[in-house]
Amino acid sequence: MAEYSALSLLKNALTGNRDWKPAWRKPEPRPSYDVIIIGGGGHGLATAYYLAKEHGITNVAVLEKGWLGSGNIGRNTTIVRSNYLLPESVRFYDFSVKLWENLSHELNYNVMFSQRGILNLAHSPSQADDYIRRGNAMLHGGGDGVWLTPAEIARKVPGVDLSRSARFPVIGGLLQPRAGTARHDAVAWGYARAADRRGVDIVENCEVTGFLRDGEKIVGVATTRGEIRARKVAVAVAGSTSRLMGMAGIDRFPIESHVLQAFVSEAIKPFVDCVVTFGGGHLYMSQSDKGGLVFGGDLDGYNSYAQRGNLPLVEEVMGEMVAMFPAVARLRLLRSWGGIMDMSMDGSPIIAKGPLPGMYLNCGWCYGGFKATPASGFSFAWTIAKDEPHAVNAPFTLSRFERGAVIDEKGQGPTPKLH
Amino acid sequence: MLIPCPHCGPRDLSEFSYQGDATRTRPDPASTDMKAWHDYVYNRPNPAGPHREYWQHAGGCRTHLLVTRDTLTHEVQAVAFARAALNDGAGKP
Repeated sequence: MAEYSALSLLKNALTGNRDWKPAWRKPEPRPSYDVIIIGGGGHGLATAYYLAKEHGITNVAVLEKGWLGSGNIGRNTTIVRSNYLLPESVRFYDFSVKLWENLSHELNYNVMFSQRGILNLAHSPSQADDYIRRGNAMLHGGGDGVWLTPAEIARKVPGVDLSRSARFPVIGGLLQPRAGTARHDAVAWGYARAADRRGVDIVENCEVTGFLRDGEKIVGVATTRGEIRARKVAVAVAGSTSRLMGMAGIDRFPIESHVLQAFVSEAIKPFVDCVVTFGGGHLYMSQSDKGGLVFGGDLDGYNSYAQRGNLPLVEEVMGEMVAMFPAVARLRLLRSWGGIMDMSMDGSPIIAKGPLPGMYLNCGWCYGGFKATPASGFSFAWTIAKDEPHAVNAPFTLSRFERGAVIDEKGQGPTPKLH
Repeated sequence: MLIPCPHCGPRDLSEFSYQGDATRTRPDPASTDMKAWHDYVYNRPNPAGPHREYWQHAGGCRTHLLVTRDTLTHEVQAVAFARAALNDGAGKP
């Protein structure tokens, strides 16, 4: 067992780093398991880990159609935060931040969780009122939030354009100090390794092509590597949720798949040491430990499964970036990419039993899935193991749309591209 | 992505405003069928492949269009005026 420690690093350095074991096995899928998790992304791997650790269920397979980390777990802008308004969201995401705080230790894998804070810039009195209200909701829910004046922002983030002549002058900002960033690949690898060590089979290059049924009940999956049976089948496939539901005969579902682009600039010297969001549009940015500015903005705004976007959105995001930080105007982009978001009808996720017997569903992350990874895995594992939701995911049902119990942070209504 | 507007010819994506799935059918406004309303308001087919959707040429002739576009490739396969398509029944699912 390759435990990581200062001693093991030293020992392996002395032997030329030739003796490291692979972080997880490459098992052949067995004919049957207690639980199959479809989707080897952050949420699927976290679910497998917590199933094994919290509930002792280790006869589990995680099926991934590509390689680990090839989906949204490796495509996000790595932000972790719980600065939400509604009590259901505050409770869920704050629980997630608490899991993040101990994650590297728990997984014995450095996920580089850095609580550098997130600063939401406000540009009008009404926006400031709205942010302060949200800050109060965060405090009320047991989280942390601080209002910063422009003078305090100038000290914290000197690069922000605080001039009165700015197109959207900054009048203050809401800071959540416990928010931050984490290394997203390490989260996938850390969970994968920890789950594998507890006996979970992680099967890569194994695409699910259909469900095995016994009447209504789901009893397994057909895959590109053969049929696999299971007592419980859990689905955690983000933007591909509608396709999986289609295979199960559910051809209409409260999800739209949209493309979200993200960007990283060439590396520069330390420029900003917290996450900053621009309230004059929609932009969030931070600086990675390698020095690149990592940032993203809105969805492209149309249904897409293409994992790449179009140029108008790129232009808009760059415009906002330069409005916020004029000093980066001549910086070059290193890379841009896209991921497919499972946009739900109220902007909140679904973590629940169903919709068919034997099936469990985890989807609707819109573009907030990364920060939720630990809480999502924890509560989804709980739901699978006990056939009932944990307190933090109980409100996030599929039936809430029928019951009128939507959890709509922004009050946008059922137009997924606006969440 | 270019969308060939029947009035204006091929125009850049930035001139258009997306209005979503065109296959939804609104129940009779007098209907109290909760299942039908729930399905109309919240459920979508969300296909990976050809998708019938409404766009408005907001930065051009302002016409509403019915576009068939492949969500896997972004290739625009057909464009028609939304009103004409609806009137001759082609806009129905």
